[in-house]
Amino acid sequence: MRALNFWIANLSSPALVEIRDLNFSYDKRPVLQGINMTFHKGQVIAIMGSSGCGKTTMLRHIGGALKPTKGYVKVDGQVMHELNQAGLYKMRRKMGMLFQFGALFTDMSVYDNVAFQMREHTDLPEEIIHDLVLMKLHAVGLRGTQNLMPSELSGGMARRVALARTVALDPMLIMYDEPFAGLDPISLTVVGDLIRRLNDALGATSVVVTHDVQESLKIVDYVYFMANGVIVAEGSPDEIRASDKAFVRQFVHGEMDGPVPFHYPGGDYRQDLNLRA
Amino acid sequence: MTIANTIRGVGHRTVNAVWRIGLATRFFLQILRFSDTSFRRFRLIKKELFSTGVMSLIIIVVAGLFVGMVLGLQGYETLKRYGSESALGVMVALGLVRELGPVVAALLFASRAGSAMTAEIGLMKATEQISAMEMMAVNPIARIVAPRFWAGVISMPLLAALFSAMGIFGGYFVGVVQIGVDEGSFWSQMQAAVDFKHDIMNGVLKSFVFGTVVTVIALFEGYDAPPTAEGVSGATTRTVVTSSLAILMLDFVLTAMMFGGA
Amino acid sequence: MERTTLDLWVGMFVVAGIGALVMLAMKVGNLGTYNMSESYQVQAYFSNIGGLKPKASIKSAGVLVGRVVDITLDTEKYEAKVVMSIDKRYQFPKDTFASILTSGLLGEQYIGLSAGGDTETLKAGEVIKQTQSATVLEDLIGKFIYNKASEPAK
Repeated sequence: MRALNFWIANLSSPALVEIRDLNFSYDKRPVLQGINMTFHKGQVIAIMGSSGCGKTTMLRHIGGALKPTKGYVKVDGQVMHELNQAGLYKMRRKMGMLFQFGALFTDMSVYDNVAFQMREHTDLPEEIIHDLVLMKLHAVGLRGTQNLMPSELSGGMARRVALARTVALDPMLIMYDEPFAGLDPISLTVVGDLIRRLNDALGATSVVVTHDVQESLKIVDYVYFMANGVIVAEGSPDEIRASDKAFVRQFVHGEMDGPVPFHYPGGDYRQDLNLRA
Repeated sequence: MTIANTIRGVGHRTVNAVWRIGLATRFFLQILRFSDTSFRRFRLIKKELFSTGVMSLIIIVVAGLFVGMVLGLQGYETLKRYGSESALGVMVALGLVRELGPVVAALLFASRAGSAMTAEIGLMKATEQISAMEMMAVNPIARIVAPRFWAGVISMPLLAALFSAMGIFGGYFVGVVQIGVDEGSFWSQMQAAVDFKHDIMNGVLKSFVFGTVVTVIALFEGYDAPPTAEGVSGATTRTVVTSSLAILMLDFVLTAMMFGGA
Repeated sequence: MERTTLDLWVGMFVVAGIGALVMLAMKVGNLGTYNMSESYQVQAYFSNIGGLKPKASIKSAGVLVGRVVDITLDTEKYEAKVVMSIDKRYQFPKDTFASILTSGLLGEQYIGLSAGGDTETLKAGEVIKQTQSATVLEDLIGKFIYNKASEPAK
């Protein structure tokens, strides 16, 4: 069913995000090299790879927080790095981003966190904001927590509140930076399920950056694998599971050694230990 | 070789210091540029007035009282030698209103409210709250930094005035109530010698300048801190050290400008 | 924190701070006793002002009635021209006598006004004719030593 959905989406809906030949260097060290990606409306896309392969940098480019050294990211028909401050902020109102550990505002209650964007960006009266906040909190199953402070929440609950805050203004594009990091198995399933359901309910497009293979393969439509700043593999979850590429196999099955070496590159081991051959 | 290295080290530090002053100045201008939100929604400033002003009240009041009492005691011991104990009020009041009130209150403010501001903003940055706000299309300078800045600028003169008032009361308590200096001459000589425009308003102006400088340093260090535990703790220390030095140096410059000529 | 509690605390803080400022102005400073806005200015020439400074007090019978505004050297007479600002509530006769006095032996110098008997009062901008210059301590000591020396030895 999902494969069919994806196929239909691919045919009928235009691309919401287009990334073409994206290059980015940080202090002359190349982080991204020649990335091409296309996200269609309604899809949930996963960008996977080991830590430090440039996944988060990808998200920051989509959000317009970094300028590419070459190539472009086009969201809803507009090139992100060509927008001025006002245009960028206008675009970001249509985006939502869930940060790694939620990034809830620690000086505000759960209620104020979810209400934050509504108060900043709309002139809605407080009664309507109240109802909207409770609806968003209900959607993530945490309606009872509205008066708590973020420090009183568990890691999984904080992540769900942050999710409610991310979708507060019904964004068209939702980005998730490591949404599964540090969660227990139950919270993990709950958050994964919420990502899929919220995406479908809002008719949005979601990008999930993660290294949690099993959980994300369950919920996404399409997967990009990245290593050392390039895309090494892509395809639907079934194609990825069946892939025989060495890197993908190592990653999906969690093997210790393979294309991603166990050892950090170092000098000759025997020489380092001062052994004389 | 070592001499060259030392000289290079001095050069590096100098360049670094000038660079940071430039960055802080640009940061200050940005705060001013994005201050309209704070004044359109005064609630934001009010919330910060609580955490900077109200939370600093106790330390200011207690410190002011004791500084005033010490001034009363020491001043009496010194003035007694010249038989002019009746000038005790003048000495206590001028010392507090011109110097100790603005300076000591600002030093306390830097270590109480300034360090808290740096730590809070540094942690907000380390936990990606500032990036999150930017991604929500809300300018963090307008929403987080500017209200704290204005709260600091408003609080500082009020705290300094409270400090001076408490200090004068402390001096009165020790001098008049305990030692027995004549109450009438204590107040009347004080009133004759302390000029509203020349002494009190200049004191207020000083504390206003100190408030601005301390708050900008605290906010800049927090906003500029590396997003790690060591980064935030280092920034907090730098806030206290830098703003204390800035207060004392500026105090000399301001005093020379205000009272030097007359 | 409840909104009303926060408002209450912030309100108390601001009121206390402004209260302290007002207390400093009225009780510690001279704003309560003397108001610059309702005053008139008169001038006086002194051959020597000693250590008199701008903002020094002007007293009559020990009561503070005004402040010195400006001190300049008049290059026609080579005398010090002192501009005084005096509270409107106090009117002085035309033949008022102005002298520079010292509070205590080493204290600050001020101008003392002693009223004469004239029926007309001083108007703004007018000049006090009768003045007495500051007593310079060195002159006094010098005079004292001179007198001692000229006394016949016993």
